[in-house]
Amino acid sequence: MTSTQTAPGRGAARRRALGARAVFAGPGLLYLTAFMTIPLLIVLSYAFLTRGRFGGVKLELTLSNFSKALDSTYLSILGNSVLIAGITTVLALALGYPTAYAITRLPSRWRTVALVLVVLPFWSNFLIRTYAWIVLLNSEGPVNSVLVNLGIVGAPLDLLYNRGAVVVGLLYAYLPLMILPVYAAIERVDPQLQEAARNLGAGKIRAFLDVTLPLTLPGAMIGAIFVFVPSMGNFVVPELLGGGKTVMVGNLIRDQFLEARNWPFGAVLALSVMIFLVVLFAIQAAIGRRINGGARA
Amino acid sequence: MTENRPVLVSMRGLTKRFGETLAVDDVSLDIRQNEFFALLGPSGCGKTTLLRSLAGFEYPDGGTITMTGDQGDIDLLALAPERRPVNLMFQSYALFPHMSVERNIAYGLQREGLPKDEIRQRVAEVLETVGLSGKSKARPASLSGGQRQRVALARAIVKRPRLLLLDEPLSALDRKVRAEMQLELKRLQHEVGITFVVVTHDQEEAMSMADRIAVMSAGRVEQVDSPVDLYQRPATVFVADFIGSSNSFVGVRAAGGVDVPGLGLLPGHPVGETSSPQAVLVVRPEDLRLVDDASGLITGTVIETQFYGGRSTIAVEVAGHPGPLTLSCQGTADVMRGTTVHLAWAADRGVVLAPQGGR
Ligand SMILES: Nc1ncnc2c1ncn2[C@@H]1O[C@H](COP(=O)(O)OP(=O)(O)OP(=O)(O)O)[C@@H](O)[C@H]1O
Ligand SMILES: [Mg+2]
Repeated sequence: MTSTQTAPGRGAARRRALGARAVFAGPGLLYLTAFMTIPLLIVLSYAFLTRGRFGGVKLELTLSNFSKALDSTYLSILGNSVLIAGITTVLALALGYPTAYAITRLPSRWRTVALVLVVLPFWSNFLIRTYAWIVLLNSEGPVNSVLVNLGIVGAPLDLLYNRGAVVVGLLYAYLPLMILPVYAAIERVDPQLQEAARNLGAGKIRAFLDVTLPLTLPGAMIGAIFVFVPSMGNFVVPELLGGGKTVMVGNLIRDQFLEARNWPFGAVLALSVMIFLVVLFAIQAAIGRRINGGARA
Repeated sequence: MTENRPVLVSMRGLTKRFGETLAVDDVSLDIRQNEFFALLGPSGCGKTTLLRSLAGFEYPDGGTITMTGDQGDIDLLALAPERRPVNLMFQSYALFPHMSVERNIAYGLQREGLPKDEIRQRVAEVLETVGLSGKSKARPASLSGGQRQRVALARAIVKRPRLLLLDEPLSALDRKVRAEMQLELKRLQHEVGITFVVVTHDQEEAMSMADRIAVMSAGRVEQVDSPVDLYQRPATVFVADFIGSSNSFVGVRAAGGVDVPGLGLLPGHPVGETSSPQAVLVVRPEDLRLVDDASGLITGTVIETQFYGGRSTIAVEVAGHPGPLTLSCQGTADVMRGTTVHLAWAADRGVVLAPQGGR
């Protein structure tokens, strides 16, 4: 008798729990559905349509947009973007990981100060910050005048309007996005694990490589994605610091929509970037799972 | 039993401060070779801090730690943690979450650069010892608390260090497994010839396993002795209270015992040297006897009897004494509640101590 009473009771409880979850997750899900899925579907459908004469699309199905994307011009731009975003990500990791590590070793009061300093640039406008780099890097800018006055170089260097300048700008823009997740990951590692490794005979560096590094790798991967993804899509930095010479896929997509008025081709390019990133995410997730051994650590 | 063994580790005047807290306060201890040494004390008395100083994870503010080596004495404090011939089993296990049980245990052997075959064999042996052979590929997250504890133990003992430090090694195990592991630890100690320092706050565990016990309180070592001496000749009131149960009488030191206001002269013998006139007389419950009127030292009323199967305790209320006295006897207690009884003890069973705080 008790079982016949509890079974529906339990079902009701489960339904209530589901209901509660829906209430909490609902607004966020709705927002994401409306403003992420729908545009995504629009982009997806545009990819198979024909361009309109003044922008927009004509309702004629075609695959020609895809074959156009395979043209070597566009492939090389995509490759260039991957290269620039990749270099930026590697540099961000090389600079960001030690910074994050150093912050975790600070006394707790200074840790907060350091984290605020890391995100401080976000408080000002992105365009203004990027323009500031033009001022810094141009041939009469402070960087060059210091180099010339110290006699390190004879004549001002061409620091602006090349790939290097784009990387510098992107790195500056997205370094905090590397530091924060890596910091969180290092912070979560129990300091006793490092001690255990040393107790078992590992030196400081060995203990770091065997314990802290693998346990913070998922955090570093998240940081890498946080830096790589917006670097790929950025078109402001290549335009301002790359001087229009260094074209990235972000510029290309923007041009297709706003200047060339070839929306379907822009859609194809956007989709291909997205697919590329999804593959990256999948790899990241797989590595993360391997490290945690399938268990929630 | 272990008196004549040579000293392995010698701590002198060890002090460690965390801000305002004196976690370890002027501790001097000798750990002898191949002995089973227990650190016993209430929570927060500095046991873990002392172990961590030995392992090299706390650097003491003062004092020395010297280890007797094959080639002369080693100043342990001058060695980095990874160079000390000391292994620590952490109180919170500190297992590597990204490694399997097997790799956790093999890690220390790999750092020694041992050949793969030997590592595999030793890992398999120790897994057998702790009864986890079936779990060698599991990750720590999928183990129960007791299983994790055994992995931590295995990881520490597989290195066969000269000194093995165990921080509450058995606290998460249930009674049966715990008893097995206690035996196993003793067996290991005899077989492998490792010196053990075990932290525990389970006094029965310390009493049954250790050759010698250091009782700690608030960062200080109160007494170091064999379990029997600790029980029969506590050096301080704290030790008398902490180890087993005891009856205590507060009074003034007198020839042959303590003069207790309202109860007169009670017999006992002093332990150690003290100058203070105030004194506390301590008598164990099993040393109290029920006697006839004439030879009674104290008269009181039975307020309760409890039977524990094979042993009974009798609570006796005595006018002028705070709290009841406890008497324990074999078998059943043949007295009724409310009966007037007379109590006595042999003079060599009463211990006269300085009051708490005074020395
Ligand atoms: N890292 C630290 N920072 C500040 N205080 C500490 C630190 N480690 C220990 N203490 C303090 O030192 C004292 C001794 O701590 P310890 O961990 O050695 O106690 P314990 O005897 O091992 O206790 P338990 O039986 O609960 O494990 C405690 O008062 C504790 O709060
Ligand atoms: Mg402790």
